Amino acid sequence: MDLWIRLVTLLIVAFILFFAAATAFAYLTLFERRLLARLQNRVGPNRAGPGGFLQPLADAVKLFFKEEIVPAQADRAVYVLAPALAMIPAVLLFAVIPFGAYLDLSFVLGEQASVVPLQFTDLNVGILFLIAVTSIGVYGITLGGWSSNNKYSMMGGIRSAAQLISYELALGLSILVAVMLTSQPATTPAGAYPSCELMWGRPAEAFSALSTCRIVESQAGWWNIFKPTGFFAFCVFWLASTAEVVRAPFDLVEAEQELVGGYNTEYSSMKFALFFMAEYMKLIAISAIGVTLFLGGWRGPGVDMLYAAGYPNLGALASLGYFLLKLVFFLFLSVWVRATLPRFKYNQLMDLGWKPLLPISLALVAITAVGAVITTQTGVLPGLFGAVR
Amino acid sequence: MLDLIKGMRTTVKYLFQRPVTITYPEVKRPVRKRFRGKHELKRYADGKERCIGCSLCAAACPADAIYVEPAPVDPDNPQGYGERYAAKYEINMLRCIYCGYCEDACPTNAIVLEHEYELSFYDRKSAVFTKEMLLVPPDKGHGEPPPILQQLNRPPNPPAQMEL
Repeated sequence: MDLWIRLVTLLIVAFILFFAAATAFAYLTLFERRLLARLQNRVGPNRAGPGGFLQPLADAVKLFFKEEIVPAQADRAVYVLAPALAMIPAVLLFAVIPFGAYLDLSFVLGEQASVVPLQFTDLNVGILFLIAVTSIGVYGITLGGWSSNNKYSMMGGIRSAAQLISYELALGLSILVAVMLTSQPATTPAGAYPSCELMWGRPAEAFSALSTCRIVESQAGWWNIFKPTGFFAFCVFWLASTAEVVRAPFDLVEAEQELVGGYNTEYSSMKFALFFMAEYMKLIAISAIGVTLFLGGWRGPGVDMLYAAGYPNLGALASLGYFLLKLVFFLFLSVWVRATLPRFKYNQLMDLGWKPLLPISLALVAITAVGAVITTQTGVLPGLFGAVR
Repeated sequence: MLDLIKGMRTTVKYLFQRPVTITYPEVKRPVRKRFRGKHELKRYADGKERCIGCSLCAAACPADAIYVEPAPVDPDNPQGYGERYAAKYEINMLRCIYCGYCEDACPTNAIVLEHEYELSFYDRKSAVFTKEMLLVPPDKGHGEPPPILQQLNRPPNPPAQMEL
């Protein structure tokens, strides 16, 4: 019986998370268009509803009513499957991201719900899961380009696949630096209240450095971006994640001016909407991952004080607020770069992924490892490179 | 690298400036004096129509948008000062290219392109503007010579100079 309740709870949380992600996507489009416009000295959409607030709804209705055109010679099964294949990994990424600390719902659901973490689940291999799911996202784009039976779409799909798998390397290595900077103490570090042990019920040693909850917990002292290798790893992560999400200035494969629109040329109405949604959701998810890994997740001044003082729900609100603030900052950065920089040429793009980024990220991993060993063995500045024991 | 930072600084500067967009329809940009918008059939100061139904405007129109059906004036109650007037005068606004040739061709300065540009319609039939829609009310719209003729240092040819 207890198992059924847990299953139903998980399903409900999954639905809530999915709808939150979909709403976040919808209003990200509006946020981006308004911000892009203001950065370009003009006003964005402000007619549909007060301040343009119903613009995403108008876009959704328009896309819904558009005519669905399927090319005659297209491989039908793959053509229909590709947008779904792009969308599913994008949504799956939200499963291990910690949006906040924990809620206390014991006043409505009883004693069992006194600690409800604001995270769908915490896998012990959370980061590995995230990288793996990001890699699966390549399939949807490639198959979409190939199944359209259009040589330009196919070229767009192939180029996009090459771009994504090239930047996955730098992305994975920069994430590895953040994982290495996650200290592994025998007990919960001081000031890391609320701890993962409290939220998930496993002993502190059972959390590996790949678990997202642990990564946020270990940034209780300094966020990873303030540590020396952490800052450069953040820069590499930001570059690699922008290329991974196919976002300006790396959006050659899907920009309208290039190859007519790349892999989504032949897609209309809902299928195009799914590709579009997948792209923006990946952007939000990877920004959230960046916040978790480098900017301290939901950590901020006052969160642990609120929890220690006995106001868990206020603390949850504060932690969620900090997380969203950092996420919006990341997204602002992304839109700002899109408004300013011109697009990379394809050879410049591939050049950047392999020639500078890969050696730099390898070097960062090496420096972090050596620094971790030195600081731990000598006891000087422990925690600067992680691995405190 | 430095250029990238300079570029980013420029865009963020725009974020804190007022956008240059003119928020139509709350704010309408003022049009110039010789702006060519909707046509108007002007009258003389005493209320008689200027149009004499000569169809020179229809002949001049490159888009063939004007249709004129002249008729003799009613002797007891003349509409205008000539021998004939335009009984039917229609301009198809979808065909019109707003070039102003009809305004240049008119000998009495009857047809003038005014400043109105908000001319939407829901079907093709209502794009054909009739004389009632174009003719100004009797107490308004005294058509002076067009600005180009005002620049000449000689009086315009008759009958445009008839200020009756």
